[in-house]
Amino acid sequence: MFGAGGGTSSYEELEHTGVIVLWGSNARETHPIFFHHVLRGIRNGAKLYVIDPRRTSSAQWADGWLGLDVGSDIALANAIGREILAAGLENRAFVDRATSDFEAYRAAVQPYTLEHAEKITGVGTALVRELAHAYARAPRAQLCWTLGVTEHHNAVDSVRALINLALLCGHVGRYGSGVNPLRGQNNVQGGGDMGAIPNKFPGGQDVEDPACIAKFERAWSVTLPRKRGWNLTDMFRAIERGELDTLYVAGENPAQSEADQAHTMQLLRSLKHLIVQDIFLTKTGELAEVVFPATASWCESEGSVTSSERRVQRCRKALDAPGDARDDIAIIAELARRLDRRWPAYTPRLAWDECRSLSPFHAGMSYERLERLGGIQWPCYDEEHPGEQFLHARLWAEPFQGPRAPFAAVEHEPPVEALDERYPLRLTTGRRLDSFNTGVQSGGYTSPLRRGETLDISPQDAQRYGLVDGDRVRVRSRRGSVVVAVRIDPGLRAGLLFTTFHHNDDVATNLLTIDATDPQSGTAEFKACAVRIELPPFDELGATGPAAKQ
Amino acid sequence: MVDLTIDGAPVRVPEGSTILDACTSLGIDTPTLCFLESLTPVNACRVCVVELESSRALVPACARRVEPAMVVTTDSPRVRHSRKMVLEFLASSVDLSTAPDARRYCDRYGADPGRYGAAPETVAQPVKIDNALYVRDYAKCILCYKCVEACGADAQNTFAIAVAGRGFDARISTEYDVPLPDSACVYCGNCIGVCPTGALMFASEHELRRRGEWNEARQTRTDTICSYCGVGCTLTLHVQENAIVKVTSPIENSVTGGHLCVKGRFGFEYVQNRPDDEGAPS
Repeated sequence: MFGAGGGTSSYEELEHTGVIVLWGSNARETHPIFFHHVLRGIRNGAKLYVIDPRRTSSAQWADGWLGLDVGSDIALANAIGREILAAGLENRAFVDRATSDFEAYRAAVQPYTLEHAEKITGVGTALVRELAHAYARAPRAQLCWTLGVTEHHNAVDSVRALINLALLCGHVGRYGSGVNPLRGQNNVQGGGDMGAIPNKFPGGQDVEDPACIAKFERAWSVTLPRKRGWNLTDMFRAIERGELDTLYVAGENPAQSEADQAHTMQLLRSLKHLIVQDIFLTKTGELAEVVFPATASWCESEGSVTSSERRVQRCRKALDAPGDARDDIAIIAELARRLDRRWPAYTPRLAWDECRSLSPFHAGMSYERLERLGGIQWPCYDEEHPGEQFLHARLWAEPFQGPRAPFAAVEHEPPVEALDERYPLRLTTGRRLDSFNTGVQSGGYTSPLRRGETLDISPQDAQRYGLVDGDRVRVRSRRGSVVVAVRIDPGLRAGLLFTTFHHNDDVATNLLTIDATDPQSGTAEFKACAVRIELPPFDELGATGPAAKQ
Repeated sequence: MVDLTIDGAPVRVPEGSTILDACTSLGIDTPTLCFLESLTPVNACRVCVVELESSRALVPACARRVEPAMVVTTDSPRVRHSRKMVLEFLASSVDLSTAPDARRYCDRYGADPGRYGAAPETVAQPVKIDNALYVRDYAKCILCYKCVEACGADAQNTFAIAVAGRGFDARISTEYDVPLPDSACVYCGNCIGVCPTGALMFASEHELRRRGEWNEARQTRTDTICSYCGVGCTLTLHVQENAIVKVTSPIENSVTGGHLCVKGRFGFEYVQNRPDDEGAPS
């Protein structure tokens, strides 16, 4: 945000804030220990608002649940912004001193009256007004979001629509106020921070900035590309165009995690070379020519990961790895050696110290300090620096320093796949408490909460289709179909269906989802596709879509 | 700051501190069973009682806030006698075989539960095994309430368990005493994390103890970070013979406060479901 890719606050601040907005996040189930901090905040008097199409277990703790229609987040955010302005509740001093492009923003949100927004979002005007006023009037407020905001074809615009609200009210850069994306995997934050994204070197440094390029070329004695590379979505497009025929996949299972699975499998099969490095022989691994068995990085090797509050923490080896498995770093180093590259004998610590020498954000984080302090929040510029509990204090500093934080004028755009007579139901996907993503990890333990995959359906739709819990139906989208048992969930509204992709081998949910991606982030619209329900009799085994036959 | 006297020594502690805090600052080792820094004191076990000048009854050190000029005695015959009685009553009614702290206190205060009968039988009952993740052995329960608090408002806010019944009939129970899978339990295991007696136990630990293979001397404890979501919870992996046998989290950790979710607590099996591992503990 504003040049730093990370949540601005620490978890502790959730306990000392006035208003917490969870937007497109069911943290109670997907970030349970983060939610403990939210609960402490509630006990200390904070109001909680949950914005989610489903009335989730998080929403059950909320003072207000805004059950918006899937993909109408920008309309809702703009309506909140407009209401704050109409009521004169914006933090004018902050807007004037610390932001830019405010007039364009004000003009953009003008059409989003509460009444107009209600037609798009389905959320009543009184509730939106209540949230707008509560958020704007709070001395401190936290805005947190997860994949409900980002798994859309207009993800980046949606995030910017949320950040606009924080700028409008000055709810960023101070203790207790901030904007926070909750990360879905234990090192999503750290992976990005280490440059495992196409546009950044380690430490958030721009890969197209000549000064940064020169610095890394000097350190690594290589010539680096002048332009950013491809993200995962770009790569699949490149495979389709025939420009990419070799893929080296480490710790990712795109054969099951990507939207429109049938199409994904077709592209993976068309590769000349597929190398997979993983702790499991995943479905992707089964397609590979070469598989490098890796150690489980969190318990079979040393290293560090970075959490949603930018805290770098040490992972340690507790178990000996099985068989021929090697640490990721050893595999990569060995590959480099076979390619005649002269690398030092990398250990996790040596690699980390190299990172510290190149990334000012991490410079002060020696292994000794990480051990002693129980992790450090970046940025940490030197070994005297304690790390930053929250980001962007500069926006409040006197005199003002650095660039202003820009508003973004963004417009509502509905999900790519509209509902129609043939596909009249909205399917959205997510996660459940005891499971994780494609289930290759969480499938390893026996959870008493697990009931196999279900298609969650509103009581109204269940009645309409004459369904009871456990009935099997075929769900069909334009891309494929799956057979799945239904479960009636009173937290769903009529027309909305929910499922997960935790049980891929039984129900390959991503046969249904749409590969409509955000042009900037590359994230697919997992949260919104159009489907219909087909009732028995049907052939249970007759799955459709090329991948389902595997 | 508040000035008081403990065992004849002057001590100064911040306002709002408890007598226990003040004792700890003087290096006095006060026995506690129902107390935990992260939970609201419930004054249930009475093993931490101290003598307070001008107070007729002994007072619980864990809950009583300091007041100016208090005069506290922590090791008087009366205090020792009371602690000894409390421990004898507990040990004569409850199986403390997996409660190392309670047994240590019994030794320290010379508690002789045999005075009240040969074996602890009052709450004897079969162990409840109704799910794959953890067992509840209420023959080992001293009714300290910690599990209820951790499941409730102090941490998890799930409220799957409470104290049911009164007097001798008091016990920890799910709603209507249903098995865990029919209750509100979400298997975070935060009740196990705070249990001081081993009444609540990982199924893996219970099974190894049953087979006589549980051996803490041969276990290592390694702190690492959970492999699931991006919150970054510290896990302490208890490992025996290259297998994770239990997972805890440090109570002082700023992220977890010692608490975890079901994935962090129990979701580790995928690193040890190995075809060649059949003889190893699981």
